[in-house]
Amino acid sequence: MKKGNFIQLCLAVTAAMALFCAAQTAVASTSESDEEALGRTLAKQAVKGSERWSTIDHAKIDALNQNFTSGEQITQACLSCHSEAATQFHKTIHWTWLASGDKQDMRYGKAGYSVNNFCISGNAMEDKGCLSCHTSWNKKGVEGEVNCLKCHNSSGFNFNEALSDITAFSKDEDPDTREIVKEIQQEIKEAVTQVTFPTRKNCGDCHFTGGGGDGVKHGDLDTSLTKPNRMLDVHMGTDGKDFSCTRCHTTVDHNIAGRIYTNPAVETRKSLIEDDLAPKITCVSCHSSEPHKNDSKMNDHTDVVSCQACHIPTYARVNPTKMWWDWSKAGKLKDGKPFIEEGPFGKPVYKSIKGEFKWEKNVTPEYFWFNGSLTSTTADDIIDPAQIVKVSHPVGDRTDPEARIFPFKMHRGKQPYDKVHKKLLAPLLSGEKGFWTTFDMDDAIERGNKTLGIPYSGKFDYVETTYAFPITHMVAPKENALNCTECHIRENSRLAAMTGLYLPGRDKSGFLDTIGWLSVFGALAGVLLHGLGRFFTRNGKEE
Amino acid sequence: MDDKKTIKIYLYTRFERLWHWYQALTIICLIITGLEIHGTYTLLGFQTAVNVHNFIGLAWLILFAFFVFWLLTTGEWKQYIPTTKKLFLVVRYYSWDIFQGKPHPVQKSAGAKHNPLQRLAYLGISAMLLPVQMITGLLYYLYNDMPQVLPLPVLAVIHTVVALFLLNFLIIHVYMTTTGHSLFSHISGMITGWEEIYKTTEIADWEIQATRKK
Repeated sequence: MKKGNFIQLCLAVTAAMALFCAAQTAVASTSESDEEALGRTLAKQAVKGSERWSTIDHAKIDALNQNFTSGEQITQACLSCHSEAATQFHKTIHWTWLASGDKQDMRYGKAGYSVNNFCISGNAMEDKGCLSCHTSWNKKGVEGEVNCLKCHNSSGFNFNEALSDITAFSKDEDPDTREIVKEIQQEIKEAVTQVTFPTRKNCGDCHFTGGGGDGVKHGDLDTSLTKPNRMLDVHMGTDGKDFSCTRCHTTVDHNIAGRIYTNPAVETRKSLIEDDLAPKITCVSCHSSEPHKNDSKMNDHTDVVSCQACHIPTYARVNPTKMWWDWSKAGKLKDGKPFIEEGPFGKPVYKSIKGEFKWEKNVTPEYFWFNGSLTSTTADDIIDPAQIVKVSHPVGDRTDPEARIFPFKMHRGKQPYDKVHKKLLAPLLSGEKGFWTTFDMDDAIERGNKTLGIPYSGKFDYVETTYAFPITHMVAPKENALNCTECHIRENSRLAAMTGLYLPGRDKSGFLDTIGWLSVFGALAGVLLHGLGRFFTRNGKEE
Repeated sequence: MDDKKTIKIYLYTRFERLWHWYQALTIICLIITGLEIHGTYTLLGFQTAVNVHNFIGLAWLILFAFFVFWLLTTGEWKQYIPTTKKLFLVVRYYSWDIFQGKPHPVQKSAGAKHNPLQRLAYLGISAMLLPVQMITGLLYYLYNDMPQVLPLPVLAVIHTVVALFLLNFLIIHVYMTTTGHSLFSHISGMITGWEEIYKTTEIADWEIQATRKK
């Protein structure tokens, strides 16, 4: 080989190597550089100086410095300064349990025709068991007075118990009793001044235990979020940003941002740059719609994939959540008495009063197109009992510009329906005449449907239903976000059930792929045979 | 024997060789990463495969632009004009005569470095498969940034099947390099630029029409 040729060869090889190295460097620089993603920078900016401050010390307020004997008195004391608070609050769904909006919407809500596949119906607030989560004093519902402390007190003090003790002792003139009453009143006085913006615990007292226990309902909301670490929730983590619920669920006139039955939380996703007075309820509000690092392929996903889909790899990561509730098994008794069977996680798998349960932990969500709205089958809607009834189901499809692929917990179960009217039924559960006391489903339905004013034919059976919960809390730190191949993979893709879109790595054209591979293996076989032919004929040479 | 004597001729210029090997490496890397993205196997990891694939793909476009410029300005494009002359002879050579030790019917020369079969194959590759691959690749890459020309499934499926056709070409092409008068004479020709040919080879007039005017 000539020297010059050799140098040229080296040049060519070097150029090729340089190309490869450049490619590697480019890859490394996009994945490992210290440059901060836009979405992070914007979000940090949005919550800068997030410490809320106040000009008031409630311990110095005269109106609170009295011996309270009832919850209503406490509320009056609050209203003596916050004169419009109750008026505002009376108009919110937290009070009415009815979705606001036009008349049509009035059917939706716990106090309306809405049902789920947990305790099924609120029975128009007639089922007093439900009212322990209503924001009124003494489970009085909308007839009562607003209990401000439910959301605005951080003491953790049991006001209801203390006040009922005082009521019970009120006629007792015994000096010892009077002394006890005095002590209780002092405790109340101290606790009542611990006024706060709603903490995670305030909201969680109801929202973490919805459906009758810790983690029953949502899957992404349970008591583990009272004091989460950042691995469980990167926003609320006490070792991280320590957000309260209201950091995102921003509030106007006591109306708290968030989805309400069929109404989406927001109509369009807007960042604070586009609309600085918009509720901060969406990820986009603070993180923008192109949150990832510049030129990241991830930013090309945000028009079809929700943030939650990748950033909440699993839900119920600390506490288990209920996945199945079969009412048709309810009512079995042992020796004439109701019983409970315990299963995995120390959770009941059977309760006579409620039926059969299944619990799961660290659950992989199911994914659907979701534009922010959910369909809702109420106790007044006609169902098809031959199908699994979607009591609550996400709305949206591939063609909807507002829809994204979104993670859901699907709670499945069996619940009673009217065989004649083809409607879901609303049995009354608690109280003396409720199912939990009588174990008579037919009677409980009769009474329950009466509270809603929906006729019951007297013939019921059980139908399988699903209830979809959008998974949006328990956002993991970025290093725990999903890898591409959770979805972009041939087998067991998380999006295996999502049709109508081409997913690289998951999808292929079977026909054209086969043609292509036939041509490849045909070529291999061809050159192999040809080569063997040349080898055995020695290229025709006769040595 | 006299007719087995070889001489060396300078067949491939420096740019040509650089382009050839750069493109070879490019295509091999693209096939390796592309098949991973297609879900055929796991090697670099999906995300890395995508990033490498995109980067090399874009680099290839730049190289190809230089190649086209070179073809046009040097007149080398004429080397790709298809012909049926001696085509049958070449086909017969590779499928039969080669086993008999008979000589190749068309020898290389500076004016005609491709035999009629090569002309057809390379024209098909350079004018059809590669542009289709580059266009579908670019549209795929820019899918989110521009109005939709073709739906993603169509782009992806074409891009995949053409990639497999290119792999088919690659296999045959690499194998064919061993059919010179020694196993590595063609490859070393493409590396050094100098290819050994038989001294007695005669170049027909019709083959040297593309000879550069000197």
